[in-house]
Amino acid sequence: MAMCIVVIAKENYPLYIRSTPTEYTLKFYYMVHTSLDVVDEISAMGKALVYQRELYLGLFYPTEDYKVYGYMTSSKVKFVMVVDSSNTALIFQKLHNSYTDVMCNPFYNPGDRIQSRAFDNTVTLMMIQVC
Amino acid sequence: MEGLTLSDAEQKYYSDLFSYCDIESTKKVVVNGRVLELFRAAQLPNDVVLQIMELCGATRLGYFGRSQFYIALKLVAVAQSGFPLRVESINTVKDLPLPRFVASKNEQEPRPAASYSSDSENQGSYSGGVIPPPPGRGQVKKGSVSHDAVQPRPSADQQEPASPVVSPQQSPPTSPHTWRKHNRHPSGGNGERPLAGPGPFWSPFADSQSGSAAGDAVWAGHSPPPPQENWVSFADTPPTSTLLSMHPASVQDQTTVRTVASATTANEIRRQSSSYDDPWKITDEQRQYYVNQFKTIQPDLNGFIPGSAAKEFFTKSKLPILELSHIWELSDFDKDGALTLDEFCAAFHLVVARKNGYDLPEKLPESLMPKLIDLEDSADVGDQPGEVGYSGSPAEAPPSKSPSMPSLNQTWPELNQSSEQWETFSERSSSSQTLTQFDSNIAPADPDTAIVHPVPIRMTPSKIHMQEMELKRTGSDLTNPTSPLLVKPPDLSEENKINSSVKFPSGNTVADGYSSSDSFTSDPEQIGSSVTRQRSHSGTSPDNTAPPPPPPRPQPSHSRSSSLDMNRTFAVTTGQQQAGVVAHPPAVPPRPQPSQAPGPSVHRPVDADGLITHTSTSPQQIPEQPNFADFSQFEVFAASNVTEEQDGDAEKHPEVLLVEKASDPASSLRVAKTDSKIEDKTAASAPANMSKGTTPLAPPPKPVRRRLKSEDELRPDVDEHTQKTGVLAAVLASQPSIPRSVGKDKKAIQASIRRNKETNTVLARLNSELQQQLKDVLEERISLEVQLEQLRPFSHL
Repeated sequence: MAMCIVVIAKENYPLYIRSTPTEYTLKFYYMVHTSLDVVDEISAMGKALVYQRELYLGLFYPTEDYKVYGYMTSSKVKFVMVVDSSNTALIFQKLHNSYTDVMCNPFYNPGDRIQSRAFDNTVTLMMIQVC
Repeated sequence: MEGLTLSDAEQKYYSDLFSYCDIESTKKVVVNGRVLELFRAAQLPNDVVLQIMELCGATRLGYFGRSQFYIALKLVAVAQSGFPLRVESINTVKDLPLPRFVASKNEQEPRPAASYSSDSENQGSYSGGVIPPPPGRGQVKKGSVSHDAVQPRPSADQQEPASPVVSPQQSPPTSPHTWRKHNRHPSGGNGERPLAGPGPFWSPFADSQSGSAAGDAVWAGHSPPPPQENWVSFADTPPTSTLLSMHPASVQDQTTVRTVASATTANEIRRQSSSYDDPWKITDEQRQYYVNQFKTIQPDLNGFIPGSAAKEFFTKSKLPILELSHIWELSDFDKDGALTLDEFCAAFHLVVARKNGYDLPEKLPESLMPKLIDLEDSADVGDQPGEVGYSGSPAEAPPSKSPSMPSLNQTWPELNQSSEQWETFSERSSSSQTLTQFDSNIAPADPDTAIVHPVPIRMTPSKIHMQEMELKRTGSDLTNPTSPLLVKPPDLSEENKINSSVKFPSGNTVADGYSSSDSFTSDPEQIGSSVTRQRSHSGTSPDNTAPPPPPPRPQPSHSRSSSLDMNRTFAVTTGQQQAGVVAHPPAVPPRPQPSQAPGPSVHRPVDADGLITHTSTSPQQIPEQPNFADFSQFEVFAASNVTEEQDGDAEKHPEVLLVEKASDPASSLRVAKTDSKIEDKTAASAPANMSKGTTPLAPPPKPVRRRLKSEDELRPDVDEHTQKTGVLAAVLASQPSIPRSVGKDKKAIQASIRRNKETNTVLARLNSELQQQLKDVLEERISLEVQLEQLRPFSHL
């Protein structure tokens, strides 16, 4: 299973990109990029999304059977995941938890690339689980 | 050649001898002539000497390197002790006396100054970073001539003999050099210093003397305290970059400081040897230094260092931000963005290690983990799994534990929450109010606990924590949570049980509460009110008509008498925990009210087999309340979680209940006085229960419960509990309220007594059944959790 996880900051630049190396990597990046529009669209809908949002973007590419999931935190940090299985809620939760742990680190400046090993481990675990 | 493990004394002694033989001050090779003289002085037969030389590899190498020399010395000792000369005997023979050399060759105390100077010169040959003695070390062990002591290393620094630990490139001799400075060689006598355990593991002996790789291991065996010194310089003077250059200087510095009390040295040596297996162990001096540094930032040792302050502090160490970030990740154990004393020490220790060239571990080494009480999870093994249990420096563990305990306890967010709630409890305290709060807090917890586990964080509740939670749950404004509660519980629990049991049956009592001087009435009212109140909290029906407010009037005599009866009937099983929960109320034991609310919950423990569930519930109850916020999160999560859907519903109820309970202390007081409360709550709970297909009112609790049992276990549990309380409330409410008539007290009392007794028995049965269900539910929950874990291969960080 191919998979790609991207953490996107509020200003829509990537904080963390990780993907399983396949030929889809570039495609993944493209999908993630385009999914940002969807994210903005949904968040602009004005629903009172107080809780953590999860938006299922559906199949972008009919020929390929992976889905792009989006997840936005209250601080407008987005996690976009390209995966071809479900159970994304859990994954996003864990991602979010790891992300908050990274945030708690005083040495981490918000807006920096995420270089935390713990975060990497979490992502790796999730990719292993999915794949 | 296999590695050689030397004890402290041996190391010192050998290093001295080596320096003695190291006429040419090469520090690497000993002059053969001297060595031979030495061996002759050992008064061993020639062939033995030859054998020794062969064994240690000198004949192979053609010269006596340090390792060879040491091995040879050890073999001399072995031979002198009469053991057969074998390579293995180097390490296997324990408590070997130091090799004895006849007088002239004996270089012990009277170390010629020349050797010292040679040492210092040799020190200069140190490569790599010698870790300067950690500040705070009283004594610098490193024998090195003070180069220029540029670094303001506190002369008081004691350096661990672990100086070798510092630089991988260092040859093992460094430590002996340092030791040599201390005139502590047992001149032939080993009694001076207890040969503490296996000495540093001289794996380099096997390798070449450079033993860089081995050196790492060896040095790894020593805690890297020395960096502290550098660190001190960080704070004071920037140049950590000059770490390397500092090393020789530091080494030299240490030399000057060397002549410190030998006792401290002995301690250091002992410590070093004891910790050599665990590179991450923090020695006492190190710890002391860390603590002092902690104090500079945060005077309260039990407090936190906020992230920003810690960031500034650690930035001074000039480590790259990425590494500091990683260190933070490792050391912030509870991920709260602040460092407790233990976390701070761990972080400091890691920085020190990193400064000295050690790579940061991927996981926090066990010896650096904050010592939590009854922490089962702390079994996470760090870098040295096997070594953790090794000659663990007991001296270090306890001190680290004691400070960590309070700090850790404080770090528990629940504690904070609960303390807040605690405060609110006490704020609202009027006698009756506190009592009712107490009751409401306790009672509702049970069904919830059965279903929802409190904060996930608290998977490893510490006993103390649990106790504290219990205490807080009881809304005690006791200053000393544990002891008073524990002391009081038996009485209170009994009383509570009695009261509650007494109360429930009588509906009159609810109304009676105020009117009659009956303690009964007051009790049931309170219980009912508290119980129903809980539900009403979650419920939106605020009709304050319902339950009779708990009469503030304590009925000591009555309660006691009833309690006596009840005591026989319902022996307190869970005892302390329940008692603690129940006991809290600041009210004096005679006060029935406090016991009331816990009544229902107390009854649960009454079960013969309720002990286990009780303990499980009570702690669960406790954390639940302060953490009801977590429940909501959990609920949300659960709701979104497909697998836990069914739990979500049930949990919502408990959560609601929990919320009720949590807010009970606050709101219960407000509504305490309203009789309608109970009814309202009943009504509120009734619909909730109705949803489950049960009729909380009218039908006796048993049939209702039985109906529920057929359903999902979780729900029935919740339902039953709510039902039970609802039923009780209903019963209470339905029963004609005894008009307050002073004149008919006696009859009213008797009647209420009868009613209460009936209610008691009913409740007792209910209780037992609920207990059983609770256990089942818990088992189910456990199995579900296990399955969940299995389904989730990755663990949450």
